Amino acid sequence: MGHNTFYHEILTDHNLHPGHKHELEHANLALEGVNPSCGDDIWLKLLVEDGKIVSGAFTGDGCAISQASADMMLDLVIGKTREEALRLSDIFLRMIQGKASAEEVEELEEAGVLQDISHMPARVKCAVLGWHTLEEMLKRD
Amino acid sequence: MNVNEIRKDFPLLKKSDLIYLDNAATAQKPACVLAAEREFYENCNANPLRGLYELSEAATQRYEEARRTLQRFIHAESPEEIIFTRNATEGLNLIAYSWGAAELKAGDEILVSIMEHHSNLLPWQQAARRTGAALRFLECTKDGELTPQMVKEALTERTKLLAITQVSNVLGWENELAKIAKLCHENGTVIVADGAQSVAHFAVDVQEMDVDFFAFSGHKMLGPMGIGVLYGKKELLEKMPPFLTGGEMIESVSRTGAVFAALPHKFEAGTVNAAGAVALAEAARYLEGIGFEKIQERENALTALAMEELEKIPEIHVLGVKEARKHYGILSFTVDGVHPHDVASILDADKIAVRAGHHCAQPLLQYLGRPSVTRASLAFYNTEEEILRFAESIKQIRRKMGYGA
Repeated sequence: MGHNTFYHEILTDHNLHPGHKHELEHANLALEGVNPSCGDDIWLKLLVEDGKIVSGAFTGDGCAISQASADMMLDLVIGKTREEALRLSDIFLRMIQGKASAEEVEELEEAGVLQDISHMPARVKCAVLGWHTLEEMLKRD
Repeated sequence: MNVNEIRKDFPLLKKSDLIYLDNAATAQKPACVLAAEREFYENCNANPLRGLYELSEAATQRYEEARRTLQRFIHAESPEEIIFTRNATEGLNLIAYSWGAAELKAGDEILVSIMEHHSNLLPWQQAARRTGAALRFLECTKDGELTPQMVKEALTERTKLLAITQVSNVLGWENELAKIAKLCHENGTVIVADGAQSVAHFAVDVQEMDVDFFAFSGHKMLGPMGIGVLYGKKELLEKMPPFLTGGEMIESVSRTGAVFAALPHKFEAGTVNAAGAVALAEAARYLEGIGFEKIQERENALTALAMEELEKIPEIHVLGVKEARKHYGILSFTVDGVHPHDVASILDADKIAVRAGHHCAQPLLQYLGRPSVTRASLAFYNTEEEILRFAESIKQIRRKMGYGA
């Protein structure tokens, strides 16, 4: 995938029609993630029961990359255990640094499309905002 | 002006197909400026102002010649009023620390225009904290206009200083400094002007405007990075304590004290950036060689073309007034439904360089209700073709982001 086609359909679709961008009334975990320099600002909310992410959602605003990345992340981690979500988060953050194997990137499903963000250093923080927020809230809990 | 001939003067433009529309951040450099810096190091490199041998005297001479060139460039009365700094930011900090420490006290007011770059705001926020003076904002209209009448209404008997930019780096709006300075002086207020966005676009005359201080960077006017100028009226500079202390700014030093050098060297501590000053002088001569009338004519035509093209797209909103000639090449805009950082990344993929974000003017953008915008900023060496390609790329953005698909 070249630099020219970075904003392809998977990304723009998650940005314009996010499946998980809404309130979550019964959430028992919530954390705000902010990129002060560019104004990306999300609230990530999860309902975790018996160590498993039962449901999740986010609200807020920001660039397409931050919003689509958070949405793809939730697609992936809802239904997973806390440990599994942290493992995927670790893969994602390593992928951004170019340190994940092809098999690992495969596990990230659609979130794998953000692999090439490493060629756009100014945008890396947008892509990792949701994942950093997830990691922090799960480790804190 | 033959733009194709002009572009041959700029090595980076010659060898790149990049459409460079980030001129308000920094301008490209003509070969003569690069050559001047190199020539200084090749032929005159010695520490200026102190050496007792011929090479150092040559370096001193070149440095002081550069000062006189910049004096002429902004029409200052004497070369002692030209202080070389690193950039506009350093010049503005110099005033805030030195003048601020000597003149500001609790009960005084510092008036700062809402359209200031952070570099003409933060030094005053800090000066207010140090001295107990109050910081007040001079607000513009929601269309980004700021008139002398609005300044007049904002000045009070306690206003000791007004910090105001000549041209806004977000709106392109020009403040009428001559009229504003007159109002300030009638009120006993000192006026500090930021010239960072003006000196590359039109001829500046500090005596005619009668501003007390005027700071600008070299790199935005085709000069190298790391050199800038602070102009100050001699009677004010003479009363001010030094900003930085150390080498090359003293007459004599004892164990317990020092006699400081006369102007302008009192404010130029440490080894100076003589090569930078020489190259900046070359940049000033280059701009004058083309002529500011021609530069303005061309930039106005390019800005008008860009605005005309952008106006054809209903989802694009350009900040500021409608008249192209009141923008000095600066076009900040939003695209409905697309974040400015995404706009910049998509333009980047089409090899068009613009800036996105808060442009170091967060209070202004908050005031205008737009946390972040994309900014295209033009220079005389841009071409009509580049503007049309920029507009064409902008037209595709919403489609690329999945709208109307």
